[in-house]
Amino acid sequence: MKKLINDPDDVVDEMIDGMVAAHPDRFRRLPDTQVLVRDDAPVDDKVALVTGGGSGHEPTHAGYVGDGMLDGAAAGDVFSSPTADEFEALIDACDAGDGVLAVVKNYEGDVMNFDTAIELAEMEGVEVDSVVIDDDVAVEDSLYTSGRRGVCGTILVHKAAGAKAAEGADLAEVKRVAEKVVDNVGTMGMALTSCVTPEKGEPTFDLGDDEIELGIGIHGEPGTERTESMSADAVTDELTEAVLDDLDLDDGQEVLTIVNGMGGTPQMELFVVNRRLQELLGEHGLETWDAWVGDYMTSLDMMGASITVCAVDDELKDLLGAPADTPALTVR
Amino acid sequence: MSDDGAAVVAAVEAVAERLERERDHLTELDSAIGDADHGGNMARGWAEAADAARDLDDPEPETVVKAVGKTLMSEVGGASGPLFGGSLVFASAEITDGITAETAVAFAETYLEKVEDRGDARLGDQTMVDALTPAVHTFKKSIESDDIGTLEALAKAVAAAERGVAFTVPIRARKGRASYLGWRSVGHQDPGATSTLFILEEVLATAADELDADVPAVDAASPTIPDDETEADAADEE
Repeated sequence: MKKLINDPDDVVDEMIDGMVAAHPDRFRRLPDTQVLVRDDAPVDDKVALVTGGGSGHEPTHAGYVGDGMLDGAAAGDVFSSPTADEFEALIDACDAGDGVLAVVKNYEGDVMNFDTAIELAEMEGVEVDSVVIDDDVAVEDSLYTSGRRGVCGTILVHKAAGAKAAEGADLAEVKRVAEKVVDNVGTMGMALTSCVTPEKGEPTFDLGDDEIELGIGIHGEPGTERTESMSADAVTDELTEAVLDDLDLDDGQEVLTIVNGMGGTPQMELFVVNRRLQELLGEHGLETWDAWVGDYMTSLDMMGASITVCAVDDELKDLLGAPADTPALTVR
Repeated sequence: MSDDGAAVVAAVEAVAERLERERDHLTELDSAIGDADHGGNMARGWAEAADAARDLDDPEPETVVKAVGKTLMSEVGGASGPLFGGSLVFASAEITDGITAETAVAFAETYLEKVEDRGDARLGDQTMVDALTPAVHTFKKSIESDDIGTLEALAKAVAAAERGVAFTVPIRARKGRASYLGWRSVGHQDPGATSTLFILEEVLATAADELDADVPAVDAASPTIPDDETEADAADEE
């Protein structure tokens, strides 16, 4: 398969340099690492919010580094966790003495490497805590996790916890709102095509012309169910019902929704999905407070989409609606 | 340079050479149940670790072990980096005053505890813990009994690890990538337990070498079942 790359081994390194070149006033790359932090890190009088994970999910993770969201992000190789020493460098660079909250998606490699980094940072006297995101309602255990996977709901954790940190809240408070999002969010995704990793150069799973995969993750791992191709409305119904079943919301509940593209999906199709999603929420007696549509948490060039629903109360609305200024998400 | 520091460097070099020799063997074991990267990762990681150990100006046991752990953490990646490397970094705090029988036991216990915690794995999950647990228990018990020397205690620990590796074959994986295979993991020897055994064997061989002694022959059938006290500990944990 054709790819707009040089050497697969250099993709992540070159991507990070390109990101810094695009945003020299926003980002600083820590020497000899794949870690990007805010140019003004560590930011005084603020809990630092950090994250990281495999590359290939752009604009996740570094795209959300900036005012009102993350202080820094570590990029692993494509679909592989950053190593513990990179996470440790990230924590050290962002800590201004008010503590650090690490946002970790639930994958074994990410969790173990972050946990090791946190323990090492604590030995150096840094106050660090973590929150693990597991919003994917499709699976209990997957190829990469025990328990549910962390997917697109993570963006809302970055947003809410980032806003809380920007208010000057302490570490426990920032963690509390992060967990509040985790408790109230669910996501399910589907694919029309597999993704193609730079390393392998061919699809990671085979999908026939008339087939789609439901319940996919974000690493090209197969989904929970393969079915015949369906209309956008039928797909939207499948995904949304699964998420709503899991969340079990009360009538009249306000929600924020995300229709997220997996990297290779035309915006046109995402909006078609969003149209049906909003219709369906109305049928369920739910009220949409805000609806986001776009590529937030991708899987390289995969065609497909995920639907995220997050129940919001006044506190979460304040935080999710608070100003943020990052390359991938701006709220005014 | 302290003699003990030099001895630890020698042990690390021996481990690196051994894992390079066993690279294909470990890859073969891992390809049956995992993603076939354990042989390459361990060989590469320990080769880098040996370089880091050799580069230390004034190696003491603690600084060598810490440098090795940090190198493995950054070079091995995946779950093996934190498990093999991170645990070494934490356990190195037990030997800041050098290596004695007592600090060696504390080191071994901390290492096991970190691996168990990080991997959330216990004996019988078909992981490296299955080699480590009997080795650490046997080492501790042997050191605590007055009539067994340190080298013999280490030899007994290695024999216990060997039986632990054999024990991974008939059981089902409950942690790590092999656990996704469910019952299909039965009948496969765990690669992490196997590489753990190789590491312990090289530590033993180096220790014997440093002491100018032969590796003591130990009874392979000697009891490794935890004694009453440790059984009670295990029961508490459940």
